[in-house]
Amino acid sequence: MLAIAITPALGMFLAFVALTLVITYFSARKATGSAAYFAAGRSIKGWQNGLAVAGDYMSAASFLGISGLICLKGYDGFMYSVGFLVAYLTVLLLVAEPLRNAGKYTMADLLAYRLKQRPVRAMASLSTLTVSTFYMVAQMVGAGGIIEQLIGVPFAPAVIGVGVLMLVYVVFGGMLATTWVQIIKAILLMGGAFALSWMVLQKHDFSMTSFFNHVAVADFAGSKPPVNLLDPGMKYGATLANPWGAWDFISLALGLVLGTAGLPHILVRFYTVPDAKTARSSVVWATAIIGVFYIMTTFFGFGAATILNISDLPLDAKGLPNGNMVAPILAKVLGGEMFFAFISAVAFATILAVVAGLTMSASTSFAHDFYTNVIHHGKEKTMGEEVRVARITAFVVGAVSITLAIKLGSSVNAAMLVGLAFAVAASANLPVIIFSVFWKRFNTTGAVTGLGVGLISSIVLILLSKNGFYKAETAIFPLENPGIVSIPLGFLGAWLGTIFSARDMEAEAKFAELSVRAQTGLGAEKASSGH
Amino acid sequence: MSSPTPSASENPDWEKIAADPDFAALKKAKLRFIIPASIFFFVYYMTLPVMVGFYPDFMKTPVLGKVNIAYLFALSQFIMTWTVCALYVRVAKRWDIMNAELLAKYVSH
Repeated sequence: MLAIAITPALGMFLAFVALTLVITYFSARKATGSAAYFAAGRSIKGWQNGLAVAGDYMSAASFLGISGLICLKGYDGFMYSVGFLVAYLTVLLLVAEPLRNAGKYTMADLLAYRLKQRPVRAMASLSTLTVSTFYMVAQMVGAGGIIEQLIGVPFAPAVIGVGVLMLVYVVFGGMLATTWVQIIKAILLMGGAFALSWMVLQKHDFSMTSFFNHVAVADFAGSKPPVNLLDPGMKYGATLANPWGAWDFISLALGLVLGTAGLPHILVRFYTVPDAKTARSSVVWATAIIGVFYIMTTFFGFGAATILNISDLPLDAKGLPNGNMVAPILAKVLGGEMFFAFISAVAFATILAVVAGLTMSASTSFAHDFYTNVIHHGKEKTMGEEVRVARITAFVVGAVSITLAIKLGSSVNAAMLVGLAFAVAASANLPVIIFSVFWKRFNTTGAVTGLGVGLISSIVLILLSKNGFYKAETAIFPLENPGIVSIPLGFLGAWLGTIFSARDMEAEAKFAELSVRAQTGLGAEKASSGH
Repeated sequence: MSSPTPSASENPDWEKIAADPDFAALKKAKLRFIIPASIFFFVYYMTLPVMVGFYPDFMKTPVLGKVNIAYLFALSQFIMTWTVCALYVRVAKRWDIMNAELLAKYVSH
C-alpha cells in the first residue's frame, strides 16, 4: 500500500495536471488532419513559439541538472549554461528559416526534397528516434528520482505515471496541446527561477560583491571546506590521472553548440508557425528567454553552495549528494514549504512537458518519414492514417522509454544523457541539414553515410568511454563527450559519401528549386485556415 | 482538411527564379552576413573551452573583486549571443524587402 500524503507539492502538481488536461481537451477538438496534429495548424505566434522552444529546451536536465552541477562542481557546470545559449546562433543563422521554408513536419522533409526519399527518410527517422530516446530516458530518469524524493511515490510507478500523462497530451492533443503545455510550463519555470534568484540575492543583501565573495569561498554553510566555485576544473580539465581532461571542455562545448540545431524536437517547433519570418522571431524570443534563464543559473546554482548545508541534500543511489535536488531544496530553505511545493511542481511540469514534446517529434518522424514515405511511398492509404500511426507510435515510444528508464534506475546522471543526445544530434543531423541546403553536389549516398557515420561513431565512442562499458581508468575513449571526434566524422562521412559516389543529376537539378524555396519561402506550407 | 488551391503560385518556374540576378543578389546578401557571423560566433565561443581547458591558471585570475576572467568571459558569451541575434534581425529586415520585391515578379496576388 502506498502512503502518499497530500502535500502542497502534490496539490500544485495536480493543479498543473488539471490545467493541462483542459488544454488537451480543447486541442483535441482541433487536432484533426495531419497539419493540425503534427504542426498545430501552423498557427502558433512568434512569441508563443519562442516560449515553447524555450520550454522544450529548459528541460528537467537543464533546470535540475545544471543547478546541481553548478552548485556541486562550480564553473564547469556553468559551461553547460553558456553552450546551451550560444547554440541558438547556429539555429538562427543556419537552420531555422530554410527548414521552415522547405519542410513540412520533420527534419527529413528538408533532406528528402532533392534526394531519394526512402533511404534518406529511413536513416533520418532512425537518427531522430535515437536522439529522442536518449533525451527522453534522461528526462524520465530525472522525473522518477524527483517524484520519489518529493512525494514519496517509488521510482517505477512515478515513471509510469509520467509516461501515461505524457501519452494523454500527445495522443489526444497533438502538437497544439504539447505546445501550450510547453508555453505554460516555460512561464512557470521563468517565474520560479526568478523568485529563486531573487531570494538568493536577498540573502546577500542584493550586493553582487558580497554574492561573488561568498561564491569564491563557498563552504555549504560551513559543512564543507571552502572552495572557489568560480574556478574552472572541478569536473573537467587535465589532471595527472586524466591527461585528456582539457579536451573534455572542448568536446562538450562542440556538442552543445552544434547539437541544438540537430535536435528533432526543437526543429519541429519551426513548423508550427505560419512562415519563416515568424520562425526567425521565435528563435529571437527563445534566445532572449533562454539567455535570461541561464544567467539566473548563476544565482541559484552558485548561490546554492553559499546557503545550503551539504547534509540538506538527499543522497542518490551511489550515496553522493543528489545534485538534481539542489533547486527544490534551495527553495525549501529559502522560501519554506509552499515555495518548495511551487518549485517542485514546476519541476514536474518541466519533465512532463519536455517528455511530451519528445514523444511528439519521435512519433511524427516515424509516422511521416518511415510509415508514410518509406513503407507506403508517400501515399496515405486511408484518410488520417498518418495521424493514427503517429498515435500508435507514441504508445510504443512511451513504453520503450518507460522500460529503459526503469531498467537504468535513478543513479544515471540526467545531464550526461542529455549531453550525449546533443552529441548524436550534432554528429548525425546537423552535417546533412547544412549540406542539403548549401551544397549543390550533395547526394543521397552522402546523406545516408553522413547520418550513419555520425550516429554510429557517436554511439560507439560513448560505449567505449567511462559513460559506457568502462571505468574511468580503463576507458578506451578518454573523453566523456564524443563530439570532438564524432562531429567531424559526421561531416566527413557526408562529404566522402558524396564525392565517392556518382553525381546525382536529378538531385543537382532540384537544387535550384530547393534553394529558391529555402531562401524565399515561395511554395512553403501555409498556415491552415479556420484558426 | 480542406486546402484551398492557390492560383498563380501553383507551379512557379524555379529555374527561372534561381537564374534571376535579384535572387543571386538576395542569396549573396544573406551569405555575406551569415558566413562571417557564423565564423565569428563559433571562434569566439570555442575560445572559451580552449582557454579554460589549456590555460586554467590564467583564467582563474581575479579581475573584478573575486570575479575571474573565466566567469567574465563566459558572461560575455551571453552578450555576444544577443548582439549577433540583434544584428541578424536588423539585416534580415533588408532581406525581407529584397525577397518581397523578387517574389512580386513571379507571384500575382
